[in-house]
Amino acid sequence: MSQSDIFIVLIAMIGGAIRVSTPFMFVALGECVTEKSGRINLGLEGNLVLGAMVAYAGSYTTGSPWIGVLMAGFSGLVLGAMHGYICKLPKVNDIAVGIAFMSFGTGLAFFFGKPYIQPTAPRLEAIPLGGWSSDPSIAQALQVNPLFFVGIVLALFLSWALANTRWGLIVRMTGDSAASARAMGVSVDLVRLLATAAGGSLAGVGGAFLSLFYPGSWNEGLSSGQGLMAVALVIFARWDPLRCVLAALLFGAAGAIGPALQSIGVSQGYYFFNAAPYILTLFIMIASARSKSAAREAPGELSIVK
Amino acid sequence: MFTSTLTRRSLLKAGAAGLAATTLPLGTARAQAPIVLGAVYVGPRDDFGWNQAHAVAMDILKQVPGITVIEEENVPETDAASQTMESMINLDQANLVLATSFGYYSPFVVETAKKNPNVQFRHAAPLWKEGDPVNAGSYFCYLNQAHYVNGVAAGLSTTSNKIGFVAAKPIPSVLSNVNSVLLGARSVNPNATVQVIFTGEWSMPVREAEASNALIDSGCDIITCHVDGPKVVIETAEARGVKSCGHNASQAPLAPKGFITGAEYKWETIYKIYADALAKGEPLPNFIAGGYHNDMLRNTAYGAGATPEAIKAADAAIKGLIVKKPIYVGPLKDNAGNVVIEGAMDNYDPVLDGMGYLLEGVQGSTT
Repeated sequence: MSQSDIFIVLIAMIGGAIRVSTPFMFVALGECVTEKSGRINLGLEGNLVLGAMVAYAGSYTTGSPWIGVLMAGFSGLVLGAMHGYICKLPKVNDIAVGIAFMSFGTGLAFFFGKPYIQPTAPRLEAIPLGGWSSDPSIAQALQVNPLFFVGIVLALFLSWALANTRWGLIVRMTGDSAASARAMGVSVDLVRLLATAAGGSLAGVGGAFLSLFYPGSWNEGLSSGQGLMAVALVIFARWDPLRCVLAALLFGAAGAIGPALQSIGVSQGYYFFNAAPYILTLFIMIASARSKSAAREAPGELSIVK
Repeated sequence: MFTSTLTRRSLLKAGAAGLAATTLPLGTARAQAPIVLGAVYVGPRDDFGWNQAHAVAMDILKQVPGITVIEEENVPETDAASQTMESMINLDQANLVLATSFGYYSPFVVETAKKNPNVQFRHAAPLWKEGDPVNAGSYFCYLNQAHYVNGVAAGLSTTSNKIGFVAAKPIPSVLSNVNSVLLGARSVNPNATVQVIFTGEWSMPVREAEASNALIDSGCDIITCHVDGPKVVIETAEARGVKSCGHNASQAPLAPKGFITGAEYKWETIYKIYADALAKGEPLPNFIAGGYHNDMLRNTAYGAGATPEAIKAADAAIKGLIVKKPIYVGPLKDNAGNVVIEGAMDNYDPVLDGMGYLLEGVQGSTT
């Protein structure tokens, strides 16, 4: 492999990290907020797919992709709130409800999304940050969507707010010990409902990125399990919003390895390289889940931890 | 128990029969043997790809007098396929079932055909063989001929001489399409090469977009593909300002600036043969395979990306294929240097159905 080949792969990985990471980032941040409050919403794949469909339909009918993004966020909010409401009923298991909502969300999206497969909707514009370079592949890699920056700012905000605000404290307390929260006069169910709705809304926005920017079209095979992977990324990121961003970036970069290696002529074993993100996640999971701090950082009320 | 004999299906059947009885007088004006054609699709009918190609043909068939077309989409290649076919037969009285996805054949089409000897089944892949149920059969078009035409047009529309190919899986029909693009391009432009990236899945939009970007970054100025729904690949190429060639159905509207032409099936030719035979009460052929010589393929109308020379050469290539001019003319080497084809091969030679190599000039690997 020559030096320029290594350069091509590196550029592709940076580009892939920026292009592919955003939906992972939004779903993971949403799930992070939900899990911090002590509840798991496995149904975010449904929010993601429904968000993708609603965003595309919204952009197509109104002509404004940003209205599509807002509508996607709203559709995710509704699904998340429904999950939150059902889970507060007695003896309801949040994991089972999540799986039901995954099917519900994708089913709704497929049903209402039929008329929007063929038309072409206006997409989100990218910010061309690579204009300084004469190399077209660098210029392409640095075509960054505003939602990418929104995600990073959001992660910084969440990281600060969870640690430093009254609201953050309430969410964390609800997640770590429902009994203490109740003793403080906090309505545990209400906090979790709001946290699940907020998380669902972020996942919907993540879906909008899929259909309105990259790959940038609506069809029924659009999400290949990004919503599910992002939920796993939260555990891998140990419930820290900033680590969620890093995990999403890493996952995006790893996903670019397979095609990039084939493009420079390393074509043997592409099945292995295409699986790189999953293999990578598996290894980091094993490594990180073994540590003692992993157990300490998990919200105590999570049904998978208890 | 009473309820155990009264199943939902028998209830629906009785209801349907009752409904049929009340509407019967209207039906007497129809042809002697009404054809009820049940079409089973694996994905959505409007996927800009494989399923759309079939659905477009069904739309033409719906115009034929005396025919009723019933369709079901998103039927997975599982027992669900059998259930769909059974319900088309039992509830809608379908007498011809077209199962359009590769994985439906065995065991689902075979078993359902054995159970329903009065219903005809045809399946869109060359899998039927002697000994399989006589009321089943296969139909197939050699799309690589249309990809050869893509290659000819691409070979004269490229300036970098590099054509990018996003491929799903290294199975013979995909490899034959890749190789045919190369041979088409080389027939008019000896310096042309094809670079292939395999995604490993029939439908994985994000990876297809990544693969298209990687090909464009490595210098390809024309992108084509063999994946289930080529929408993402063609749109990515258009957004990056490079040209594209289509696959399966027409993607011309997706790329107003860079579309050259595309390889398309013409399933309606086969479906009309079936409908005519049924209307006359004649037996359906068990096996139909076709290409340009029997009007079972077409290339999408040329787009803005095709140069005048490309259009001329591609039209000439189509004329050649109609008179069965061979595509694979040896000696040809694979890209590891082994001679794989000695002489000229007929375009329908069964040896080509087992293709497991990429030709010299294709950058990529099947493993």
